[in-house]
Amino acid sequence: MTTDLIARLVPRRSWWPATRAGRVGLVLLVATAGAALVGPFFAGSPDRSVAPPFSPPDGDAPLGTDFLGRDVLARLLTGGESVLLYAGLATLVAYAVGITVGLAAGYLRSWPDPLLMRSVDVLLSFPSLVFILLFATAFGRGIGAVVMATAVIQLPAIARIIRTATLTQSARGYVEAAVLRGESSSSVLRREILPNITRTLSADVGLRFTWSVLLIASVNFLGLGLQPPNADWGLMVSENRAGMSVALNPWAVLAPALMLGLLTVAINLLGDAMSGDKK
Amino acid sequence: MSTPQAGSEESSARAGLEDTGTPRATVLDVVGLRVELDSGTPVVEGVSLRLDRGEILGLVGESGCGKTTTALALLGFARPGTRIAGGEVFVAGEDILRLDESDRRRLRGKKVSYVPQDAGQALNPALRIGGSITDVMRRPHEASGNGVGALLTAVDLPGTAEFAARLPHRLSGGQQQRVTIAMALACEPPVVVMDEPTTGLDVITQAGVLDEVRRLRDELGTSLVYVSHDLAVVSRLADRIAVMYAGRIVEEGPTATLLARPEHPYTKGLVQSIPDHTRPSRLTAMPGTALGVEDRPQGCAFAPRCPQRSDACTERMPELSGTGHRVRCVHADRTPPIVPGPPRTARATVERGLLLTVSDLHASHRTGRDAVIAAAGVSFDLGSGECLALVGQSGSGKTTIARCLVGLHRRDGGTVALGGEPLADRVRRRTTDQRRRIQYVFQNPYESLNPRQTVGEQLARPARKLRGLSAAAARAEVGPLLEQVRLPAGIADRYPRRLSGGERQRVAIARALAAGPDVLVCDEITSALDVSVQAAILELLADLRGELGLAMLLITHDLGVVAVAADRVAVLEQGTIRESGAVEDVLHAPEHPYTARLVAAAPTIGRTDGPLAVPDTGKSQT
Repeated sequence: MTTDLIARLVPRRSWWPATRAGRVGLVLLVATAGAALVGPFFAGSPDRSVAPPFSPPDGDAPLGTDFLGRDVLARLLTGGESVLLYAGLATLVAYAVGITVGLAAGYLRSWPDPLLMRSVDVLLSFPSLVFILLFATAFGRGIGAVVMATAVIQLPAIARIIRTATLTQSARGYVEAAVLRGESSSSVLRREILPNITRTLSADVGLRFTWSVLLIASVNFLGLGLQPPNADWGLMVSENRAGMSVALNPWAVLAPALMLGLLTVAINLLGDAMSGDKK
Repeated sequence: MSTPQAGSEESSARAGLEDTGTPRATVLDVVGLRVELDSGTPVVEGVSLRLDRGEILGLVGESGCGKTTTALALLGFARPGTRIAGGEVFVAGEDILRLDESDRRRLRGKKVSYVPQDAGQALNPALRIGGSITDVMRRPHEASGNGVGALLTAVDLPGTAEFAARLPHRLSGGQQQRVTIAMALACEPPVVVMDEPTTGLDVITQAGVLDEVRRLRDELGTSLVYVSHDLAVVSRLADRIAVMYAGRIVEEGPTATLLARPEHPYTKGLVQSIPDHTRPSRLTAMPGTALGVEDRPQGCAFAPRCPQRSDACTERMPELSGTGHRVRCVHADRTPPIVPGPPRTARATVERGLLLTVSDLHASHRTGRDAVIAAAGVSFDLGSGECLALVGQSGSGKTTIARCLVGLHRRDGGTVALGGEPLADRVRRRTTDQRRRIQYVFQNPYESLNPRQTVGEQLARPARKLRGLSAAAARAEVGPLLEQVRLPAGIADRYPRRLSGGERQRVAIARALAAGPDVLVCDEITSALDVSVQAAILELLADLRGELGLAMLLITHDLGVVAVAADRVAVLEQGTIRESGAVEDVLHAPEHPYTARLVAAAPTIGRTDGPLAVPDTGKSQT
């Protein structure tokens, strides 16, 4: 009876967040990601110097200028794309590998489980920044190495979550019924298990993506990833540190930092809301 | 232990001695209790109850009827998301609902206490049981004179310091439940509310706890509200029974008259749904299922399922009328007396030869170096069209044995043969035809259907996979399959979350039938269901056997289910078959002492005399 009740309350549009916090997250996400994706088409040139360095906001440059006299608004609108692109790419790679490893370990058990999981655990023993340094040294500076390193850093946690969810699913009647029918492992995983762990995944994706955004931004801030003169929110915070004092132009730092903050908050609110209706 | 007659004389004598006023004083008086959801929808409405000193009131109903909500309201407590919206609850003369929270807390434990369902979860795992008990006593009112040792002795546990110093995980389920009862008694409250205190326990342990409860009432004169879904258990304990349906009491009266001549059609249906191992007969299942809180209809909530409804029933809610024996039904005078179902005769064994042969099966569960034996040399066979019940308590190995048969659990030794062909250890090594011939129905209907596939998709798959049908042909069979398990064809497009527990279990049975099996292995398939739903499922199984000539292996802990459904029975204890034979022989004249204890402990309606637990031979309990 209770289950029927819940069934009726679960909305048909499963992407629409059920809670107010979730809806706030959705609106924020559309705003920040929208600015990042559509912004480049409206922004002026991000590389041209328009005024003296660290000019305060005025009519021409509503957010003032940065340390080279470039328009902060133009750079803000252009600098989000790379954040989304590289963080998205890193998350995608991490999931592709993590899901495969987690499903295989959780479903096959016996010897693949310890083999796969212990190998993944080895990755956990490196602090993430050390790991990125390692990649940067091995493959040279540049965003490619950073994306790879970020994906590898995310991988163990994803594999673990998927493995646990798979273990729980494997004991369910419908999975055992499929095994008793003689379905192949890939069919059991694809038809019976994967569709039932997507909700666990949807809660987790937001979190991983947020981490990727922050990690890549901080690596760019450290100068290991994207190189100047690229416009990137993480890089902007780093370049303009000198302008933080009120007398100059604090917006050169605050605006990109705020965008990064809003983006992560939005994703987290949305992720929480999506996992909240699990009951 | 004294005889029950002597016990009750003793209790009335005590009641007379200790009471200042009349020997039968009312200790609990509930008037017009209403508990509602935050949205304002009533969960429990118009509940009025009285409990006299030394009396046991059984509060009975199926899941979702509001019995636990009512029980908690007796302590002035409402679960999150609900609130007590009206009524009066007088406990020992004080209206607990008028008090503020701190005064209510003062009353709880001292005037009224609560024994929860799952003792294992209710006890703080980090507190020694002695500490759990003194915690209750150390509350800011005058300390009870009773020591922990005396309390433990009172509930038939060792009253030693060593025992009091144990942590809950070192106690068995029955012992844990006794500790919660000791906690409830610590301040000697006049009223104790027990919420399904034996539901998670084995029948033998349950029998012991029930004896304990009755003895405590007799010795201490405590009044009890005993909440349960199990009418048979309540009938052996309670002086009066109140039956709840859809948030209201529909019938209330003295146990003997209420059970012998129920006046509400729901009570009658409930009594007829309960399988009785002492008298194997076909059950009479009630049509329909109970409705959710939000779906309760205008007028009598039972009307949609009622065989004797008229227009008057749907117009308005009938009153609970009568004195002594109260009933909420406009047509109570029309309710026919209970008709026992037609007696069931088990079929002759092995009419058409052996189908499944299990010999010398060994199986175990290994964790690291430890191994728990689940089967130690188990042998049995199953004839075509026969139903064999494998009975045992939790941990007896019955589920593992079933899983070995279908190839989900690796056996350590022995053979399983189907129609003379030996079966491989694991399901992947078996042929498609072997897989088709044995089908398994799982215990928990809430986990046995894929939430992300429609009923139709799940029913079509086995025929494609195991019988090589085309997608279209398999799809065409879905309708007839649903009809076979008495479900409307429209259900095929639904997802499992839209189905009730009973409907899900029917779909699970249909999924097994889709393969066209010879043997159906049913693992506790009714244990998660309400009795009225269980009755309908058991009837369905009986019909299917008749229609399809299926052989069945029925795994169960419930002797009532055995009596209703099986031809032969094998009694399992610690991985060994203790006794097997025709159902009637084993249940009426058990030869093995373990079977005898099991049969004696299994509750049946109306058998209220004598202690339930037969002491284990070897180690006497009292």
